[in-house]
Amino acid sequence: MTVPFYVAPEQLVRDKAEFARKGIARGRSIVAIEYDRGVLLLAENPSRVLHKISEVYDRIAFAGVGKYNEFETLRKAVIRQADITGYMYARGDVTAMGLATAFSQTLGHIFIHELKPFEVEILIAEVGERPGENKLFKISYDGTLYDQQGVAAIGGKSEELERALRDGFSEGLGLDQAIRLGVEAFRTAEGRESEGWEAAVLDRTNGRRAFRRLTDEELRSVV
Amino acid sequence: MIGPTPIPLGEPVPGSSFVGLLDSLGLAPRWEVPPGATPAGLPEGTTVLALRHEEGVVMAGDRQATEGHLVAHRYIQKVFPADRFSAVAIAGTAGLAMELVRLFQVELEHYEKIEGTRLSLEGKANFLARLVRGQLPMAMQGLVVVPMFAGYDETDRRGRLFTFDVVGGRYEERDYGSTGSGARLAKSYLRSVYRPDVDRVRAVELAVAALVAASEEDTATGGPDLRRGILPNVYSIDAQGVHEVDEAEVRAAAERAVEEAL
Repeated sequence: MTVPFYVAPEQLVRDKAEFARKGIARGRSIVAIEYDRGVLLLAENPSRVLHKISEVYDRIAFAGVGKYNEFETLRKAVIRQADITGYMYARGDVTAMGLATAFSQTLGHIFIHELKPFEVEILIAEVGERPGENKLFKISYDGTLYDQQGVAAIGGKSEELERALRDGFSEGLGLDQAIRLGVEAFRTAEGRESEGWEAAVLDRTNGRRAFRRLTDEELRSVV
Repeated sequence: MIGPTPIPLGEPVPGSSFVGLLDSLGLAPRWEVPPGATPAGLPEGTTVLALRHEEGVVMAGDRQATEGHLVAHRYIQKVFPADRFSAVAIAGTAGLAMELVRLFQVELEHYEKIEGTRLSLEGKANFLARLVRGQLPMAMQGLVVVPMFAGYDETDRRGRLFTFDVVGGRYEERDYGSTGSGARLAKSYLRSVYRPDVDRVRAVELAVAALVAASEEDTATGGPDLRRGILPNVYSIDAQGVHEVDEAEVRAAAERAVEEAL
């Protein structure tokens, strides 16, 4: 009878974490920046069809980096969770906080119990009724949940990006300024020009559904 | 099931349908009445109608719900935006119909978010027909729900409208349609005044006048009550999307229609 090799739990977790981090580092990053009317989400994305940023609910959006099929699975699950909660109770009962804690559980469970962890980082943003009431949550591959203010970044270059964003961030930026800040932060962190942008906003003046994708023209006029 | 425990990521979660998702989680609303029971005394919605105009389509409904001979609700809403480019109106057992509308609204938005694209107008109408067909056992016991559906077809660039029957039959109407207790009266009024080249303003006037005509002969249909300020719900749908017609405009149309009906 063969006895399986003993692997220390520390080693196991370290290996899984390293594996996930490597996967995430291959993908391109996404930033979120609060501006005067809401939250801007900006991603480096050469594709016009495969989105990394998506509407979740009236005032909530989702962004994911890493393996496409994995964050796409999570994106759909978040939308399902939100729509079910809103249908069972009321639209106002769906919050970024509720969704973020739920999916931090999911990712944490997968990290521990599955052979291969998800190679993803996700961001859940919510625009508040007033400036200063916005919410930005980051969830990493192992389920760790971060609550951010002002700016947030996910992906391989998230630390460099956040540093660059913090340097230029102030409260009450206009949308154009926020876009320029994001683009400039990517330039600093990546040290090269982007091949394409995907951008969307959660705009509190946009009616019930705050989510809106920015068109190429809108971006080009600013960048 | 909900709250902090997330929905499982894998199968058997279905594709893009919200109703399918509810089914798979055992959360779908159950429309069942024990055999032999005949529920009575439930509020019933009365007359709703829609008509096409040059730019799109106008949809309107009176505000009354009745229980037999009694007024159950005076301010009920029977016309609802379904998504950005369509609206749905209801007649029949109000409680069931309103739940059906809510389910329909969530379904359209759910599909749009999951797939990243809106259903075609045809697709939305077919889905609504399926929801109505699901109510058939209830309809056989007297709890009838008959909606109407109208929207702007983004592909064809025109307004379209659909009526339904209790078995889920879906009928596209060319010019105008109506459902509910005063439907025949509203339709015969529209038959005499409708022209295919009406503009939006005229279409709103005709819609309100048709509701007044129905309320004159059908006691269940509530006419505009200018004293209490009860006016019909009127929505217009065109290339810009669905929006509620200004109260002032509806009031003016209602005043004129009531005057002319005397």
